Amino acid sequence: MSQITLKNVTKEFVTRGGHRVVAVDNFNLTIKEGECFSFLGPSGCGKTTTLRMIAGFEDLSEGEIWLGDKPVSIKSKNLYVPPEERGLGMVFQSFAVWPHLNVFENVAFPLRVMKLPKHEIRERVLSALSHTDLLSSERVYPSDLSGGQQQRIALARSIVTNPRVMLLDEPLSNLDPKLRESMRFEIKALQKKFNFTIIFVTHDQSEAMALSDRMLVMDLGKIVQVGAPDELYQNPTNKFVYGFLGLSNFLKVEAVKGNVFPKGGADMPIPFKLPVGVADGDGLLASRPNEIDISMDAEGGYPAKIEKRLYMTFCIEYHIKIGKQSIRIHTSHANVFPEGSDCFIHFKNPRWYAKESQEIELERTERQVL
Amino acid sequence: MKYFLTHMFQRKSSMGDRRFGLDQGLFILSLVILIVTVLFPILMIVIRTFFKGTQLDWRLFTQVVLAPENLSAIINTVRIAFMVTVFGTLLGLFYAWLIGRSDIPLKGVMKALFTIPYMFPPFFGAMAWSLMLAPRSGYVNKLFMQITGGTSPLLNINTIGGIVFVETCYYFPFVFLQVVSALERMDPTLEESARIAGAGQWYVIRKITLPLVLPAIAAGAMLILISSLSHFGVPAILGFSNNIFTLPTKIYQLINRSAGSFQGIREGASLSILLVVVVVAALYLQRLVLKTGHYDIIKGKSMRPMLIKLRGAKIPMLSISLVSLFVIVVVPLFMIFIVGFLKAYGLPLKLENLTMRNYQYILGQSKMVQDSIVNSLFLSVSSGIITMFLGVMIAYVVIKVKPKGKGFLEILSLLPYSIPGIVLAIGVILVWSGAFGVNLYNTIWIILIAYIARYVSFAMKSASASLEQVHYSLEEAARSCGATHLESLRDITLPLIRPGMVAGFFLIFLPAMRELTTSVLLYGPFTRTLGVAIYAINSEGNTVQASALATVAIGIIVAGNLALRFITKERKGL
Repeated sequence: MSQITLKNVTKEFVTRGGHRVVAVDNFNLTIKEGECFSFLGPSGCGKTTTLRMIAGFEDLSEGEIWLGDKPVSIKSKNLYVPPEERGLGMVFQSFAVWPHLNVFENVAFPLRVMKLPKHEIRERVLSALSHTDLLSSERVYPSDLSGGQQQRIALARSIVTNPRVMLLDEPLSNLDPKLRESMRFEIKALQKKFNFTIIFVTHDQSEAMALSDRMLVMDLGKIVQVGAPDELYQNPTNKFVYGFLGLSNFLKVEAVKGNVFPKGGADMPIPFKLPVGVADGDGLLASRPNEIDISMDAEGGYPAKIEKRLYMTFCIEYHIKIGKQSIRIHTSHANVFPEGSDCFIHFKNPRWYAKESQEIELERTERQVL
Repeated sequence: MKYFLTHMFQRKSSMGDRRFGLDQGLFILSLVILIVTVLFPILMIVIRTFFKGTQLDWRLFTQVVLAPENLSAIINTVRIAFMVTVFGTLLGLFYAWLIGRSDIPLKGVMKALFTIPYMFPPFFGAMAWSLMLAPRSGYVNKLFMQITGGTSPLLNINTIGGIVFVETCYYFPFVFLQVVSALERMDPTLEESARIAGAGQWYVIRKITLPLVLPAIAAGAMLILISSLSHFGVPAILGFSNNIFTLPTKIYQLINRSAGSFQGIREGASLSILLVVVVVAALYLQRLVLKTGHYDIIKGKSMRPMLIKLRGAKIPMLSISLVSLFVIVVVPLFMIFIVGFLKAYGLPLKLENLTMRNYQYILGQSKMVQDSIVNSLFLSVSSGIITMFLGVMIAYVVIKVKPKGKGFLEILSLLPYSIPGIVLAIGVILVWSGAFGVNLYNTIWIILIAYIARYVSFAMKSASASLEQVHYSLEEAARSCGATHLESLRDITLPLIRPGMVAGFFLIFLPAMRELTTSVLLYGPFTRTLGVAIYAINSEGNTVQASALATVAIGIIVAGNLALRFITKERKGL
């Protein structure tokens, strides 16, 4: 019953300059019951807008949203169910705990709205507080608690009504990194216990990958790719998804008669087979820094030069010059080569992507400002 | 007192003795100036009230307080202030909610209109409403009597109700501005999370929005209460003719009637103490209310709040707002403007009755008016500059130097904020008319001293706000680059707060330009100010000339406000 369906959902804004911006462009999507589903994308991509339309804080410009078999927004029929009647749980990035109410009253608020009997309110609040490890701070005011604890109040408040769907709007990005990791587990544990559907909005790819059953990568208001985390990581459909899901190098290359040459130097082709159906011309060769081998051995490698070596905690990072272009390589601490020396590199799993136009890049930065 | 003592002894100079020279010097200078300009006058009022010579004497005080006419003034003052506060708060809240949370159109226009009452002195409003609703001569009443053929006026502005109405029109922006800014700063997700939790719009307003903006409401309401308690202009213009007195007008009458006799000033001082007690009680009330709620509601990403759709109520609400704004803001200004061109007050508002003669008279022939304009310009500019620098100095000492006794300095500088202007004027008379060997009475300097004392709190607050933005690391960075303390102050701190200083100057210049309450007790034959001149001409019954001069004042005030707006916009470049 807690399946969420979006049909042709579109949202347009008019900016101050009278500019029309499509924040969310024709979304069709079904989020399954009990699933943890992430919206992932850079700021300004429309992920929060989509979530707010599901919550009922934004009207649609077009399309329909269904919670289970109940429509909550149908633009064509002018049907709109206000947020308070959608029966959702939601946690905000800013925590949004009420400073004038203590922890108990914050969590009790939804139950007081429902006008439940006193003893039941008490019972349910204490149960929610125990699940979020807040029992000892029942009478404390939020301003006396840490960010992590405040976010726990928000979590407790959202589970106290036992909602079937939980919307999480970047709930972890105001927390420090260590806390962020432990809260991930807490959210997962709560989901297991209460078995609600989660929609999780984030710009942090490792957070999305760690939490989600499926995720959606969006860019410029459009769905770019939907799938399980490993599917997306292994098979990114375009340069944007590839770059967004992990560290990446994009080597500018040119294909001539099926051979791939790096731009700006070297006559030697890179040992890489063009995918079927790709014509000659400019493109990008994508690679991940930890999926390139580096050696002093010419065997099967492509000649390059070590420009810089950085010793880091989890690897050694080399900046390698191929002609005039530079790429990054991460190797284990066992491979120490001197700076300035010639070397040979070997791409283990490179991918070919068409070049992205300048306008798209520009639009992306413009949207982030909005 | 306890507060001040603990501060005296606990605070340690943050930089030790190394900065003794300059910083300590600034501290002592600030302290001396404040003691002379602020503390002395207040002490003198207390001494003159309770001592006869060197003998403690309560009789005068009890006698003055228990006099029936003074008792009725007390009751009137509290009654008016209470009603103005209630109505002003409700009106301010209503508009703040409309603009902050509903989808009403024309928000920009309405917000601009709301700041207009802020610019003009309420006694202009009293004059304007008098022009319309004086029982026999007011234009609206005359029109009404013509239509009905009766002799009873539609409304009589010379009543307590009239005073409350005019003060409400001018003071409701206190609550409006406070609450609108609180609503704008408030994190919208605080309300959204309540919606998600199942609460409807009205439930959210009652349980979340209202409690969260309560501190802002309380702060605005207290500003109204204190302003109304110590207000002189409106009850003076509307109340005298009907024998309605408030404490400030009663004090003025006492001093004026006694023509400078010592007994009269002593009686005025006694009433002043009463007024101060009432104001302090109000301030104490504010402390109590504000203490319970100091929230940080400014958080999170800036999402537009979800606006409540007025739907069918949109047009009625918009009409009500625009009509009431028109009546409150535009109509009075227009009346003053048009009457300034009339040949004589009472003539029908027709083209053939208009003339430039009033302007020719006040600007060309009346020495008194010309003097008053020059005096007001001199007083506003000089008090603006002096007070602004004084404010910067005090704020610097309090915020950056933090010497022992910082608390005392801060209290002294904020004290005039809660001392009614009329009371301050009496204190200044007591100190500067020969009691200490200096007699400045009837000179312009006594008014300048009173203005400095009156506006030092404004200057101090505005300078503190800009100084707090200058992180101490900026000055330290200059020091680490080899600058001396004086150089880092001159080259880093001062340039950074310069826009704030210019704005601070206008925050003094503008109210000083239209000041009436203090100057009306301090002016001499040649030291009338613009406010005093308008008030005097109006009380003499030369309504048309008073209106013409008020129009001139409006022009000066508008120009000053435009300059202020221009300058604060430029601030972005900082």
